[in-house]
Amino acid sequence: MGNAIEARGLRKRFGKATALDGLDLTVRTGEVHAFLGPNGAGKTTTIRILLGLLRKDAGEVSLLGGDPWRNATALHGRLAYVPGDVTLWPNLTGGEIIDLLARLRGDSGELKRRQELIERFDLDPSKKARAYSKGNRQKVALIAALASDAQLLLFDEPTAGLDPLMEAAFRDCVSAERQGGRTVLLSSHILAEAEALADRVTIIRAGRTVETGTLAELRHLTRTTVDAELDGQFAPDALPGVHDAVMEGTRLRCEVDNAALNEVLRRLTAIGVRTLTCRPPTLEELFLRHYSGQNHDEERVQVTPAP
Amino acid sequence: MTTVSAVPAATVRTPPGGGPLTGTRALATLALRRDRVMLPIWLYVVIIGVASNAYAFVQLYKTVSSRTALVASGESNPALLFLYGRLNGDSVGALTAWRYGVWGSLIAALMSVFLVMRHTRGDEEAGRLELIGSARVGRQAPLASAIAVAAGASVVLTAALCVLLPLLGLPAAGSAALALAIGTCGLAFTGISAVAAQLTAGARAARGLAVGVLGAAFLARAVGDATGAGGPAWLTWVLPLGWTEMLRPFAGERWWVLALPLASFAAATWLAFSLAARRDHGAGLFPDRPGRPDASAALRGPLALAWRLQWPALAGWAAGFAVMFAVCGAAGKGIGQLVATSGALTKEFTRLGGQSAIVNAYLASLMLLGGLVAAAYGVSTVLRLHTEEAAGRADPVLAGSVGRVRWGLSHLLVAFAGTAVLLAIAGLATGLGYGLSVGGAGDQTARMLTAGIVQLPAALMVVGVAALAFGALPDACVAVSWTAVGLVVLLNIFGQALQLSHWVLNISPFTHVPRLPGGSVTATPLIAVSVIAVVLCASGLAALRRRDVA
Repeated sequence: MGNAIEARGLRKRFGKATALDGLDLTVRTGEVHAFLGPNGAGKTTTIRILLGLLRKDAGEVSLLGGDPWRNATALHGRLAYVPGDVTLWPNLTGGEIIDLLARLRGDSGELKRRQELIERFDLDPSKKARAYSKGNRQKVALIAALASDAQLLLFDEPTAGLDPLMEAAFRDCVSAERQGGRTVLLSSHILAEAEALADRVTIIRAGRTVETGTLAELRHLTRTTVDAELDGQFAPDALPGVHDAVMEGTRLRCEVDNAALNEVLRRLTAIGVRTLTCRPPTLEELFLRHYSGQNHDEERVQVTPAP
Repeated sequence: MTTVSAVPAATVRTPPGGGPLTGTRALATLALRRDRVMLPIWLYVVIIGVASNAYAFVQLYKTVSSRTALVASGESNPALLFLYGRLNGDSVGALTAWRYGVWGSLIAALMSVFLVMRHTRGDEEAGRLELIGSARVGRQAPLASAIAVAAGASVVLTAALCVLLPLLGLPAAGSAALALAIGTCGLAFTGISAVAAQLTAGARAARGLAVGVLGAAFLARAVGDATGAGGPAWLTWVLPLGWTEMLRPFAGERWWVLALPLASFAAATWLAFSLAARRDHGAGLFPDRPGRPDASAALRGPLALAWRLQWPALAGWAAGFAVMFAVCGAAGKGIGQLVATSGALTKEFTRLGGQSAIVNAYLASLMLLGGLVAAAYGVSTVLRLHTEEAAGRADPVLAGSVGRVRWGLSHLLVAFAGTAVLLAIAGLATGLGYGLSVGGAGDQTARMLTAGIVQLPAALMVVGVAALAFGALPDACVAVSWTAVGLVVLLNIFGQALQLSHWVLNISPFTHVPRLPGGSVTATPLIAVSVIAVVLCASGLAALRRRDVA
């Protein structure tokens, strides 16, 4: 099967501000793809280009095999979208909006599924949208998208404003969608969400793709966190591939490039190890590394001495 | 492991307590900052609008003989009395006050309505007042600051006109009276808007309510003036716009009349504050009731959505049109009697074409007014597209299987149909009101319906300008569209008295509408204007297809 979304070298400027600066994004059919980046990185701009709301300045983009600008209307029948900032018509009720969005998409409107989702997300569909909290507005858009029979789901920071219970409900639903074979693009900066749900990840910054791959692939490029109680002192400074090392008494905490892991462990066992935890990096750590800006390169070689 | 440095923690302090008005000054400053473009434009329109027209009048009507015709028609022609009010003298000052007093007051009142609504119910509905209310800001401060800004704007325009009008060569006392009449009308509507803002949960409905009172004020004084001494002349005294005439600027000023707008401003402000003190944030007078848990079968597609969003406003406008034109139509009888019984003015009436011609001219003026107001309705309806886009509510529709043209067309069709309905109501209600009072309701209704409907192409052309602006210049579309409305009002209400050339007057599509009843209909201008309207709308939709959606 082909790719649900394929973008190459996407560029978009708003006046003098560059929003996208050669962004690449590939979402394979049937996968859950996390699209990560800090605020203002260009996630929403990318999604709006994919929806044909904005016209790209340069680059190639295809969505479900079509051109999102020229074939917008036809393609929209096959996707469902949840915007990051859900604004609804204040005079319409939540239930009316869910039905309306389904009809605008051309859905069959399966009532049983709609009802189940309304119960799962604990929404009162007879309230006017004016009276909904941010979380409840978000639920309306989520229910409308999840209840649809679209092939592709585009979620722009979908859990912003949801309480932890509802976040869990959302994760359950997305997991179920993956089993069911729908493609999901999940833009987020909530890493735990991407870690729990995503098959593959694309990380962007300042309109450019900085990493893409499965979590396993990304971790391969990165460091393992080592936390050890030792029998004696250890001088990490001399070792290549060890970062952010801190010795507190006999306790060592550091991050180790995966290539250097063998050598570091050999040295540690030579000193004597009482306890040892090795942990692959969380997405949080990947993220901080990519987003801490220009300091990134210096940080790779810099070793913080013990305070 | 990160190198991001933390912002040092804040030092906690305990500020002094505050009253309900704490923070008013800061909010007023904020309002002025947010209105730094709109407020000067409003003030410019009122101040320069009145002053430049007064200047033109002073130049055009210097001599007594040049004023004779205008004064004669101002004293007797009911159509002019209806549109502009009573003429209180034959000096050039009195003529100026007659032509621009009521209309200047009307624009000042509109300014107050929009200023107050924007900073009270508008901000409240958008959720901005919630953030502000959480700061060290008194409960009444947002309302107080909005009233202060709007009242301040009225004071500024009063002062500016007090200075400018005497410089043009008009007497100082009369100038001050005219300036104060316009300014206090702005004040009165500041109070009325402040009350309206407390009543409904939606800003749109609250604005509609205040504009409705303004419409009623125009109607009351128009009927009171046009029907002459034999009619319900007391109507001119009921609501603010009439007080401008009753002050009699340049014609033996009755200064005590100023107490009326000032007292109503004070009373309405007091009422608004006491209502605001009693209600919850975000709530209107009536709580929201739960609605349907699912959509009706009819709510499918963008047209159904556009209709659902727009029909309440149309219903309000339609009700307003029905009442206004029925009453104005019925007033036509009084005008006919005035002509028949008035001995002194017989000669003047004959010159104007006799009884039926005078009544016809009055009815035709009514239809022109209906056409202009219907065009304003159509523009506000098309601009809903802009509101939807700016609020992000266009996205969910366009992310559905809905093309841009279909979405744009949905609101455009509502605007077209709504404008047509309003004009039909204007004609029918006028015909019914006039027909029932003089007899022959069937014939009158039929001919007035035609007189109303012939306004449609011209109104739609103005709507088309708004559609093109929305498609091609989304950031400027509100300003461009309302400028177009202002321009046609200027050309068709004031153009002739300003002796503008035909070439200029011909810019307005309403100049090409046959004056019905009484006039003759030629198809060519109607068809040409219709074609232009269609081309404007089509270009707007084509431009919408090519641009980014904000």
